[in-house]
Amino acid sequence: MGEHLQASLTGGALSKDAIDANFEDLHPPLNAQQVNSWANRCLFCYDAPCITACPTAIDIPRFIRQIATDNITGAAKTILSANIMGGTCARACPTEILCEQQCVLNTGEHEPIEIGALQRYAVDYLMDTTNTHPFVRGPKTGKTIAVIGAGPAGLACAHELARLGHDVVVFEAKAKAGGLNEYGLAAYKMAGDYAAKETKFITDIGGITVKAGKSLGDDFSLSDLRDKYDAVFIGIGLTKMRKLGIAGEALAGVSNALDFIETIRQTSDLSTLDPGRDIVVIGGGNTAIDAAVQAKRLGAKNVTLAYRRGLAQMGETKWEQDLAATNGVMIKHWANPVEIIGENSVKSVRFEQINLQDGKLCGTGDYFHICADRVYKALGQTLVTDELTALKVENGKLKVGSDGLTSVAGIYAGGDCIAPGEDLTVQAVADGKTAAIAIDKMLAIDKMLES
Amino acid sequence: MADLRCVIAGIESINPFWLASAPPTDKQYNVERAFAAGWGGVVWKTLGVDPPVVNVSSRYGVHKDTGRGILGINNIELISDRPLDVNLREIEQVRKNWPDRIIIGSMMAPVEEELWKELAIKIAGSGVHGIELNLGCPHGMCERGMGSAIGQVPELVENTTRWVREVVDIPVFTKLTPNTTDILLPAEAALKGGAHAVALINTVNSIIGVDLDVMAPTPVVDGKGTHGGYCGSAVKPIALHMVAEIARAVETRDLDISAIGGITTWRDAAEFIALGANALQVCTAVMLYGFKIIEDLNEGLSDFMDAKGYKSIEDFRGLATKNTVNWNDLNMNYDLKAVIDKDKCIECGLCHIVCEDTSHQAITIKPTETGREFTVVDADCVGCNLCAHVCPVPDCITMEPVDNGLPYQTWPEISPISGEVRGE
Ligand SMILES: Cc1cc2nc3c(=O)[nH]c(=O)nc-3n(C[C@H](O)[C@H](O)[C@H](O)COP(=O)(O)OP(=O)(O)OC[C@H]3O[C@@H](n4cnc5c(N)ncnc54)[C@H](O)[C@@H]3O)c2cc1C
Ligand SMILES: Cc1cc2nc3c(=O)[nH]c(=O)nc-3n(C[C@H](O)[C@H](O)[C@H](O)COP(=O)(O)O)c2cc1C
Ligand code: SF4
Ligand code: SF4
Repeated sequence: MGEHLQASLTGGALSKDAIDANFEDLHPPLNAQQVNSWANRCLFCYDAPCITACPTAIDIPRFIRQIATDNITGAAKTILSANIMGGTCARACPTEILCEQQCVLNTGEHEPIEIGALQRYAVDYLMDTTNTHPFVRGPKTGKTIAVIGAGPAGLACAHELARLGHDVVVFEAKAKAGGLNEYGLAAYKMAGDYAAKETKFITDIGGITVKAGKSLGDDFSLSDLRDKYDAVFIGIGLTKMRKLGIAGEALAGVSNALDFIETIRQTSDLSTLDPGRDIVVIGGGNTAIDAAVQAKRLGAKNVTLAYRRGLAQMGETKWEQDLAATNGVMIKHWANPVEIIGENSVKSVRFEQINLQDGKLCGTGDYFHICADRVYKALGQTLVTDELTALKVENGKLKVGSDGLTSVAGIYAGGDCIAPGEDLTVQAVADGKTAAIAIDKMLAIDKMLES
Repeated sequence: MADLRCVIAGIESINPFWLASAPPTDKQYNVERAFAAGWGGVVWKTLGVDPPVVNVSSRYGVHKDTGRGILGINNIELISDRPLDVNLREIEQVRKNWPDRIIIGSMMAPVEEELWKELAIKIAGSGVHGIELNLGCPHGMCERGMGSAIGQVPELVENTTRWVREVVDIPVFTKLTPNTTDILLPAEAALKGGAHAVALINTVNSIIGVDLDVMAPTPVVDGKGTHGGYCGSAVKPIALHMVAEIARAVETRDLDISAIGGITTWRDAAEFIALGANALQVCTAVMLYGFKIIEDLNEGLSDFMDAKGYKSIEDFRGLATKNTVNWNDLNMNYDLKAVIDKDKCIECGLCHIVCEDTSHQAITIKPTETGREFTVVDADCVGCNLCAHVCPVPDCITMEPVDNGLPYQTWPEISPISGEVRGE
């Protein structure tokens, strides 16, 4: 059962079975009876607030009603026509701050509809029962668009473009497509190789060529693509890891939380991994929580999440904080790392106790150590701008208009690499789709002007 | 605790809740379990002339909402498929075991006086408190000239009732079919034939659904289906109307009424009594939940009566009958407006969209800082109630009468042509 942490019964290492159980679906899929019960609770609100709260504006009451009337495939089509990554979003969306937060039943009955779980049921049903892609491509336009990055933003953009009749070439630096769906989301959210399955489903519409192992910078430049293709979409996410900048950062055992998560996501037999004994995760966002919880589920004895600020300033939602707590992660607030101590490999981390004075973080001169044989840094990622110098950047991210257009004509961008919007899968999908529609419009206008 | 005893056709029952003639009353085992649970009486599953009928499989279909809620059952079962004698011996036994409970024998036969009389005498001989004539079964039996084939012809209703009356000295209930245009016609015929009471309704003729894979009506019997009898909460409104018509018509209002049709809750029961029923029969509700619902029926009815100060069933029986009038007797000047309690509103927007799409465009929607606000435009609201019905929040939308100072005026008092008041 994914919901409950399997602890060691002997105090020793976790068995393979226990580890496998720990990395099953955190929320097991609903069964048909639960789905019927939930679907019939939905009020079918007019101009429903839940729709407004979904970045991809899925027509939620409509798809729930389709489930209630036993048209599950239709429900899935409603979802996928708004959000082709409805399957991952159903698993990974922090619904407690999105659609479900706005459900009117929060007011009426103190419990919203489980929109994400219903969404998952419908999309899984379609993907498990049909082999044909639910959408057909429009008439061929003869245009080809280059997409850089095969994450949610890039894939959503590519899919929408293909649907509109364009051909798309997607350049992806890594060996596999999927972006953080494949390498970053917590394993218990994406159980069963779902990212790869969904990527295949998305590209099955046709007209999309994914070139893996091809990276902007190493293999081509932005202007190469701009010259060769009718338009370019950039969805490269944020790949530069922030550093602590303190002594000992280079010691063995110190690594990026994201690399640790990537290792978990790319390892088929998790019992072959050494979980470590005492883990310190540094940072306060959801990457920190995901790393800490996965370390614990892998069998680490003591996992401490150390954060410079207080509970209120943490980047993750209440649900994620609770997840950490129920998984036995110790959260240490107001702790600023000043040194990582060890000889060849890390032994402990030295922290200074922090105070908030007049809104400013101040050291107190009080120091303490936490033992560690592993330190995972989750300090956030930033945009690699080296290859993007032609484009305007705002607060470290690409500046774009509401349609995703960058400061250069014909070049669009979306997802984590652009300034507007939250860094969420569903937002990246929305951005990719919006840009695709804008690109399509732009190409249509160009064509009109030509003739 | 209110007194739940009731009297119908001179029979006194410990409570007004009897099981209707159907599978729950098919044999001694079921009936004794029902009595143990607290049911006041049963109408035994309809008995016919031997040899017994043979039933098919499958037999039931259901009409559901989109969730688990079963709105109604449809059945294509016939009458008792066990030999008459077996049934009669069991009735005798239960009568002995449960002396304070009522057993009514239900019967049907082909339209031959001798057959009706012989069967009635045999059933009466088992010690039943009364006999009910099943003139309602709308499937199967009617194809053999019985059930609704009799109930739809007032002359046959009168004759069969009289035949039974002539040979037994226990009360006679004539059970009517709703599958007729005017329920007063068979009710009057039953009265003429000498019935002490009418029981209604039997099931409504229906096709409950179509199996879209087999392409046949459900329940499907080896690739084919047939029309059946519909019952359960969905038919309650039909039954309420027919009971009210009989209770308020000058010709039939002296007949005792055993009301049947969709009774599921104590409230359903109270509604039938308020419209004039002397006692009640239940079938589908126990087929869906088991006999235990009698506890809630008894207690709920009693609590309601206590709250209202009714000491006995007779205290409130028929109180709603006098307020059941023809449309032409309604007050045209009465004016209701919907009022939305904004503190209770959860902003689902259902009131707005139903009024906007299907009624009088009388509820506006306006964005606010935190969400949206719904407001009734009094000038456009006709007081139809639709918004209040669809609102999921209890008591959030209420219908408030407007004091317009106008007198009670009916349509016939108003000229239909000029719209002005006649005779002024
Ligand atoms: C640990 C972690 C957990 C998260 N959990 C959640 C969650 O539970 N729910 C949620 O909604 N969001 C979550 N997020 C955020 C979410 O994953 C991102 O917002 C989303 O993946 C952004 O999509 P994207 O397409 O913009 O970028 P990415 O998913 O980062 O994809 C970018 C792609 O571009 C490729 N790329 C990068 N540089 C180049 C280059 N130079 N040339 C070619 N290709 C390149 C990358 O390899 C990658 O495939 C999480 C993020 C992290 C880090
Ligand atoms: C399966 C089934 C069998 C029935 N058989 C008989 C019957 O033999 N005789 C009879 O008079 N009514 C029969 N009825 C009708 C019921 O007695 C009753 O009139 C009808 O179901 C309406 O009541 P309800 O809505 O409480 O079910 C049957 C109903 C059902 C569901
Ligand atoms: S995509 Fe995410 S936010 Fe939108 S409805 Fe689905 S679960 Fe909710
Ligand atoms: S707000 Fe809640 S109840 Fe209303 S449509 Fe959305 S999910 Fe259904």
